[in-house]
Amino acid sequence: MVYFLIFISAIFVNNIVLSQFLGICPFLGVSKKIDTALGMSAAVVFVLTLSTVVTYLLQMLLVAWGLEFLQTILFILIIAALVQMIEIMLKKVSPALYQALGVFLPLITTNCCILGVAILVANGTEKLPMGAEHGMLTGTLFAFATALGFGLALVLFAGIREQLALAKVPKAMQGTPIALLTAGLLAMAFMGFSGVV
Amino acid sequence: MAKLESTFKNMVLSLVIICMVAAGALAGVYLLTLESINAQKIAKQEAAQKAVLNGHEDGTAIETEVDGFGGKFRVMVGLDAEGNVLGYEILEHQETPGLGSHMVHWFKNADKPGQNIIGRKAGNFTVSKDGGDVDAITAATITSRAFLKAVNQAYAEHQGTEANTGASQLQPNQEVESNEQIVNDQMDK
Amino acid sequence: MGNALKTFTNGLLKENPTFVLVLGMCPTLATTTSAINGMSMGLATMFVLVCSNVVISLLKNLIPDKVRIPAFIVVIATFVTMVQLVMQAYLPGIYDVLGLFIPLIVVNCIVLGRAEAFAAKNSVGLSALDGLGMGLGFTCALTILGAIRELLGTGTCFGLSIFPDNYGALIFVLAPGAFIALAYLMVIINKLQNK
Repeated sequence: MVYFLIFISAIFVNNIVLSQFLGICPFLGVSKKIDTALGMSAAVVFVLTLSTVVTYLLQMLLVAWGLEFLQTILFILIIAALVQMIEIMLKKVSPALYQALGVFLPLITTNCCILGVAILVANGTEKLPMGAEHGMLTGTLFAFATALGFGLALVLFAGIREQLALAKVPKAMQGTPIALLTAGLLAMAFMGFSGVV
Repeated sequence: MAKLESTFKNMVLSLVIICMVAAGALAGVYLLTLESINAQKIAKQEAAQKAVLNGHEDGTAIETEVDGFGGKFRVMVGLDAEGNVLGYEILEHQETPGLGSHMVHWFKNADKPGQNIIGRKAGNFTVSKDGGDVDAITAATITSRAFLKAVNQAYAEHQGTEANTGASQLQPNQEVESNEQIVNDQMDK
Repeated sequence: MGNALKTFTNGLLKENPTFVLVLGMCPTLATTTSAINGMSMGLATMFVLVCSNVVISLLKNLIPDKVRIPAFIVVIATFVTMVQLVMQAYLPGIYDVLGLFIPLIVVNCIVLGRAEAFAAKNSVGLSALDGLGMGLGFTCALTILGAIRELLGTGTCFGLSIFPDNYGALIFVLAPGAFIALAYLMVIINKLQNK
């Protein structure tokens, strides 16, 4: 039950983009078409889950050696290396998948939700529903659910923007302002979930 | 000076040197700030203890942790020997700004007896919505419930330690540590 | 001299990182719940930006092209960790508020973007000025947005009470208000520029 609540909490109640403000850049950048939004979401699910597991293990070593102050620098390097490795492996193992996700992978290193979630989970400060303990399993599930939440927000937003492209928008509002305004309304809708878990 | 070629040797060397210098610089800054960071933490703890005891030297400061609306939050509660609340401080929280975050002042507002818990006996605080006698923060009932639970928990710890040790005056520092232990044990169960 | 001035004002106005380039949106939206918070975040980013620009400009000939991105990231992450440690030691209150968004300066596109686009090609002096200009532009944007959200949301500005708390529209302090406030701020700027 608690594991189910982790999903509800991370996808809807504490949505990473719309209530935690992480990963806004890709949220605004690759949300013009549903197809690209889906590709980006899949890549994020993959990388976020994997990098959280790796950085969690690394953090245990850092704590054991008293080197917590190297956290930021090591995490970002690990994530960058991991993304590279995934890219190379994907190219060899599944060219079809590489075709679909390849272009998004380099962008992911600077997606702040990857580093953000890694740090949150490693420090045991991620927002879990009541009764859940911080640990490797819950941390991994949290990362996976968070990535799904990112995907949901991105795809929803892309859907709205596809429609919006057909609408007549005042000149001063075209581009980023109307996108931000839409995101604000979406965030307001997601606020309705608060208190569910 | 000409730019270094991208040969394997140059790439490895430059990266290794940069990483080593970076790690060295960070270790230096870390050692320089370490003392100050620890001093800050202790100062914060001591300031909170002083604040919750509110000038009553015979009181006890107890730290508890509960699940709030936006995650766990830690409260330090000052209690006198009879279990009356002397004061409280929120040590860490992630409650919604403007709603749940009002708990920092809400429950010690001497002008509003309905919501003030200072000077009242702890142990059975309940929000008025649940049939109790403490007014919850407007639009933040979950935070209010969690907060009162924290105070009640502190009271339970307080009674427990007194019964166990038979001593009513412990060093505040020891008190906090031992209670944190008990709280953690309880959470595990 | 004219060149230096141009470099400095470029980031402040013409290529303002927030309003024109739309970079670094995460800290812009997340940390502007009040004017002070926005300003602290801006200043922390500015410090990292200036330092990393200077160091990268100094090292630009010593770093082979193919490994420049990882090398830049290491330099930036080093300065970010320094800010983190120093803030923890001397400004613990602000550190608690900004929390996670301090280490996340590493992935702020502005910092890596300026390293790559400017510092890797220009002299140390100009790179420092560029970092200063961009950092100030970012700080101003965050302070303005923070001040607006704080005023509309809680009726205070830099902690000074302008009108009673009860009349504040809380939504501006919460997540949706961040998006909406920034959207309208951009609309106003667009409108002024088009005139």
